[in-house]
Amino acid sequence: MALSGLDIFKLLPKTNCGDCGVPTCMAFAMKIAQKKAELSSCPHASEEAKAALGAASEPPVRLVKIGAGNGPEVGGETVLFRHEKTFFHPTGIGLEIRTSQGEDKILDDVRELEGYRAERVGEVLKADLFFISHDSAEKAAFLRAVSLAKANSTKGLVIDCPDEEALKEGLELLRNDRPAIYLRRPLTERDIEMAKTSGASLVITASSPQDLADQTEKARQSGLTNLILNCQGNGLGGAIQNNAILRRSALKKSFKPFGFPLFIRIADADGFESLAASAALLCKYASIIILPRFDKALLYTLFTLRQNIYTDPQKPIQVDPRIYAIGDPTPDSPVFVTTNFSLTYFIVSGEIENSGTSAHLVVCDTEGQSVLTAWAGGKFVPEKIAKFIKDIKLEEKVKTRKIVIPGFVAQISGELEEKLPGWEVIVGCQEAADIPSFVKSVNLV
Amino acid sequence: MTFEIPIENNPGKIVEVTIGATADQGGTRSRVVTVGGNTALPFHFFEGRHPHRPVVAMEVFDKTPAKYPDSLREYYQDVLDKPGEMARRCVADFGAEMVSVRLEGTHPEKGNRSAEEAVEVVKDVLAAVEVPLIITGHSHFEKNNEVMKKVCEATAGENCLINYVETNNYKTIAAACLAYHHTLVAQTPIDVNLAKQLNILLGDMNFPHDRLVMDPLTGALGYGLEYSYSIMERIRNDGLAGDRMLAFPMLITPGAECAKVKEARAVEKDYPQWGDEKRRGAYWEIATAMSLLIAGADLLIMDHPRAVEAVRKQIAEIYHSNEEGGHGALRT
Ligand code: SF4
Repeated sequence: MALSGLDIFKLLPKTNCGDCGVPTCMAFAMKIAQKKAELSSCPHASEEAKAALGAASEPPVRLVKIGAGNGPEVGGETVLFRHEKTFFHPTGIGLEIRTSQGEDKILDDVRELEGYRAERVGEVLKADLFFISHDSAEKAAFLRAVSLAKANSTKGLVIDCPDEEALKEGLELLRNDRPAIYLRRPLTERDIEMAKTSGASLVITASSPQDLADQTEKARQSGLTNLILNCQGNGLGGAIQNNAILRRSALKKSFKPFGFPLFIRIADADGFESLAASAALLCKYASIIILPRFDKALLYTLFTLRQNIYTDPQKPIQVDPRIYAIGDPTPDSPVFVTTNFSLTYFIVSGEIENSGTSAHLVVCDTEGQSVLTAWAGGKFVPEKIAKFIKDIKLEEKVKTRKIVIPGFVAQISGELEEKLPGWEVIVGCQEAADIPSFVKSVNLV
Repeated sequence: MTFEIPIENNPGKIVEVTIGATADQGGTRSRVVTVGGNTALPFHFFEGRHPHRPVVAMEVFDKTPAKYPDSLREYYQDVLDKPGEMARRCVADFGAEMVSVRLEGTHPEKGNRSAEEAVEVVKDVLAAVEVPLIITGHSHFEKNNEVMKKVCEATAGENCLINYVETNNYKTIAAACLAYHHTLVAQTPIDVNLAKQLNILLGDMNFPHDRLVMDPLTGALGYGLEYSYSIMERIRNDGLAGDRMLAFPMLITPGAECAKVKEARAVEKDYPQWGDEKRRGAYWEIATAMSLLIAGADLLIMDHPRAVEAVRKQIAEIYHSNEEGGHGALRT
């Protein structure tokens, strides 16, 4: 909760000494409230004032970074619904490695996930984390798994090890790697010490929000800020509700013990169920999702969902303005023109594909606006379309001289024809869904 | 530190809508389906009532859609052109709680089948299964109106869900629904205000609220899902906040939308990073369905048997954990 200038003034020494560079304490307080000054400029501020202001400037959900290299930054969210603003820090997605699986399997999994990269609408999709769970009796197996993951991966590591000796040695191996420690049992003083000396984050687990609040409060009071919360409760229904309760408490009630990223571990089931649970929890506040198995199809699906949910609703995804081949076009295939709003592009290209016709789709740069908005805003007008068509040298790339424009901008056809000598401009349908019947009814070759 | 669950008491309640009619009610169904009645956000049992689970329907056709995905053919190949048998398989083997009969083949450019033929298909499916039906039309106004009128009349009293009317073409079909007692889907293109406006227009015709379901249009995963997701969240939030013109159950169509998506069916051989295409076909539908359930979907029309199984299992599990009174959130 932000403090007002008056609230801040009450915390200051009220001596108007001017050492802060501002003549009076009141003026200084106003500057802090407007974020134009920081309390540290006043050499006489009390500890109490520092604590109060510090708490007020804490973000509602902390941003926590796991790993030194390519590990994710998670949390830092400010809204409950993406339409209120946007979600900022995409869910970190990781794979569970069990030390009982044996070295070969572990190395396979690490290499597979490390090597996984796909591209989708201009974004590289890849995983962020490994979760190393020690479920065998041998300390050596745990340390070996940690070393393998460290040596073969740049991703963030979360380690789960009930054997404290092994855990300490594991942390020693990861000295500069900022791992996170997953605690299977309630937080102890020793865990707090370990987190402090190693610089690791702590994943605190609890079965109920009250239990979680008690533990988190203890960690906060001892000065820890890199915390991650795991409160899955009973099944998927429990996890969805607990996540909703924790995040709402943090954002709407400024309940500090829950102002941290949320951790979800998906139970081992068949891929269909794992994906169903992951998809639901990705939407409802999971900052980290740990998957039980490596499955490319599942990863690609979940990454696509993450891309969708974490898109800024105010800034539509744009596709690259250029010529796209739909199907297997020849130089005689028809040319369609549209805008680079991603949804427009997807729907138009999908419907052209559905029609069974191959075509060249010219996607103009309209800064991500849809056809009518771009036309109204002067971004999808004859001059600009004609210029773009010349810039991309369309005339050299195709033999056809027929170009189809969206039905919604029928009014520009005459002017566009004037600006594109030699071309016949054909007014297409208004709705993309009608493209299949449109191509049947009009002679485009 | 004492923690209190931050409860939101919503003034609004989603309308309860029942589809289907048993013999007592003038139909021939062995059971009816009710959706809606929620007083809180999806699955928020800790702060509201959720008397009915979301319902999963599966779809049969009067004409196999062009480019029908291979991942579905393996389940339906021998019955694709036998809608009655396909419907029976959906219900008996795959757990469909309703069946949607899609009459795409009546579209003038997709077969131009007659209204009488459409009626025969619907009757065939009615005889084959005992669950309530959804009758799904298309965007050719004139022909769709003619077909839907005939189908409404021929199924009088069955209380089918007639899918759909839109802002520029609602009167004829809504009137037929009123005359022959059916329930109606109001479809609008991913926009809160347009959705609200169509509901108001239907209200002006005295269309009863408890016979109305909204379809704010489904974008498949990767193809506009985020728009559908946020529009549905906004509609559900507004409905619960007391906007009665938005407080209706919502229908989504993950099956039909995902069936169009290349990424859901392209083979792994061509796109190694996309993984096994057989699983991916179902995964795409699951991710679309689960995220939109979270956003407020009450009724889902799906295609892939493995997707239906996984989604129904998760819905059952979520509701079961609540019935047991055992979810973690309330154990404070
Ligand atoms: S330095 Fe501190 S005490 Fe002095 S005027 Fe500024 S705010 Fe007031």
